[in-house]
Amino acid sequence: MFRRLILASTFLTAASAAVMAPVAPAHAQDEPLRIEITDGVIEPMSIAIPAFHGDEEIAAKVRQVVAEDLTGTGLFSEIPAEAQVARPGSFAEPVSYEDWRAVDAEALVTAEVRQMGENISVRFRLFNVVSGQPQGDGMQFDARAGDWRRAAHKIADQVYARLTGERPYFDSRVAFVQETGPKNARIKRIGVMDYDGKNTLWMTNGASLVLAPRFSPDGTKILYTSYDSGFPQIRLLDVATVTSRALTQDGQAMSFSPSFGPKGQSIVYSREQGGNTDIWLMEPNTGAGRPLTNAPSIETSPSFSPDGQRIVFESDRSGSPQLYIMGVDGGEPVRISFGDGRYGSPAWSPKGDMIAFTKQVGDRFHIGVMRTDGSGEKMLTESFLDEGPTWAPNGRVVMFTRVTPGGNGQPRLHSVDITGRNMRPMNLDFAASDPSWGPLMQ
Amino acid sequence: MINAATKPALLMALLGLAACAQPAPPPAAPVVDPYANTGGGAVFQGNVAGGNLGSEATPEHFRSQVGDTVLFAADQTTLDADARAILARQAQWLNSHGSFQAVIQGHAEETGTREYNLALGARRASAVQEYLVAEGVSPGRIRTLSFGKERPAETCSDESCWSRNRRAVTVVSEAGPGA
Repeated sequence: MFRRLILASTFLTAASAAVMAPVAPAHAQDEPLRIEITDGVIEPMSIAIPAFHGDEEIAAKVRQVVAEDLTGTGLFSEIPAEAQVARPGSFAEPVSYEDWRAVDAEALVTAEVRQMGENISVRFRLFNVVSGQPQGDGMQFDARAGDWRRAAHKIADQVYARLTGERPYFDSRVAFVQETGPKNARIKRIGVMDYDGKNTLWMTNGASLVLAPRFSPDGTKILYTSYDSGFPQIRLLDVATVTSRALTQDGQAMSFSPSFGPKGQSIVYSREQGGNTDIWLMEPNTGAGRPLTNAPSIETSPSFSPDGQRIVFESDRSGSPQLYIMGVDGGEPVRISFGDGRYGSPAWSPKGDMIAFTKQVGDRFHIGVMRTDGSGEKMLTESFLDEGPTWAPNGRVVMFTRVTPGGNGQPRLHSVDITGRNMRPMNLDFAASDPSWGPLMQ
Repeated sequence: MINAATKPALLMALLGLAACAQPAPPPAAPVVDPYANTGGGAVFQGNVAGGNLGSEATPEHFRSQVGDTVLFAADQTTLDADARAILARQAQWLNSHGSFQAVIQGHAEETGTREYNLALGARRASAVQEYLVAEGVSPGRIRTLSFGKERPAETCSDESCWSRNRRAVTVVSEAGPGA
């Protein structure tokens, strides 16, 4: 009944699984609680997350992050603490479903956080208050105390996955570009942060102009474009050691807009020579590249399908920038965008079903999504300048850059779910652009 | 070819011209100037080949007197008459100053995606390069790159600024040893 997980980066051997007191027996065979992420108008699911048991200080911090993760999706509304009368005396004590029904809770999360020196152990359970039974097994996470936020994200991920039927995404990181200085002399540096903007680590120092970081599928590496040689070239950065090396160094060609294939063995990128930009494919270990397109038009912003078989990209071969899909070996591309306006920076969903993109119509910019055959186009945002969508690892949320106009205009990261609801600015205390959402961490 | 006797006078004339473009020019020393009655511009019209010639052989002169920037229409990479006139002067200067190299920086306005604007700026830089090469500048002396929308010249968010940000800038520098 109780699964135990140890966060990979924080392996522990001393913790032992506690013997859990039995929870109240199920007395109904109702369907599990489920909230669908669909287009229809939804009422958020009412969820109670009473104060966690255990060591009070760390327990309160973990509870706060779990609550922020869940309510931040727009799918859940939290029962206020003052309305709660039913908090059990201990984590092991059976829950009183009637008391939670009385405050209209549909779901209930209980947890206990224990700190033992440098380590913490977190146990949690999820209950379906409507049917009066647990929803899934209880789980335990052991982690270093410094990783308490990751432990909290893991709990929230379990709750989200069990209540939406979708894959989780809270325990993930985002690479981005921090922007400082005046608009005509911006200083840019690459950072990596938790998906919620916390725990920022700096990957470059701002001495060279850097653009558009892209996470590897396993989250250990970052591709980016750097002007450190004076000319745009692609570099590969190791996140753990914060060291990088040049992947392209051609004095006669500009290379930019790199992204990884799904297994991390291939890189697609744009290579410019004599004013003409085409899509190239490279094996990062050998550095050997070859062209996938050969056209006098601009071909850029390539993005792999999750099965590694196809590539979506932007081309102005028709006279204006539009989206095209080709096989991984090149060949004749198929145009998929046909609406009014100019399309760019496509990103293939990790679920494989949709492509997010930037669209300019007149003087307004949108982030939109469409199916991979171009049908079902839907705009999620509108502003003076929105661009560069990146997918959450579960393919249900995109993050993008919104730039405000004028001489003091600044870029800010925002996220929005694929229904177009719940658009939120990231809570950062600096200007940032070019997000790349990494994988769910193990 | 300029003989030794006329060179100091020419230099003085050049200095005097340069001073006209600057605020608070220093008082010019009286000189006997054999070109005094031919109009100041006349001194530039000969092909004054042969490298350094006072202040003309400087990046600052190239920038302020020859003109380092050409502008483009929205989403366009073709060179209009104004741009071609500037580039003709750039080519003439580069052909007269063989020790200099040029880097052409292509730029785009802030609308448009980052990646497309990088490619668009590269097209603009390449259009300039092709024109200079057609005017006789050795391709080996010219490199191009694009900054896309990363380095606007003007920062407002309307056409008055965007029209000046859609540009290619030729940056000259004296080739170093071994270059």
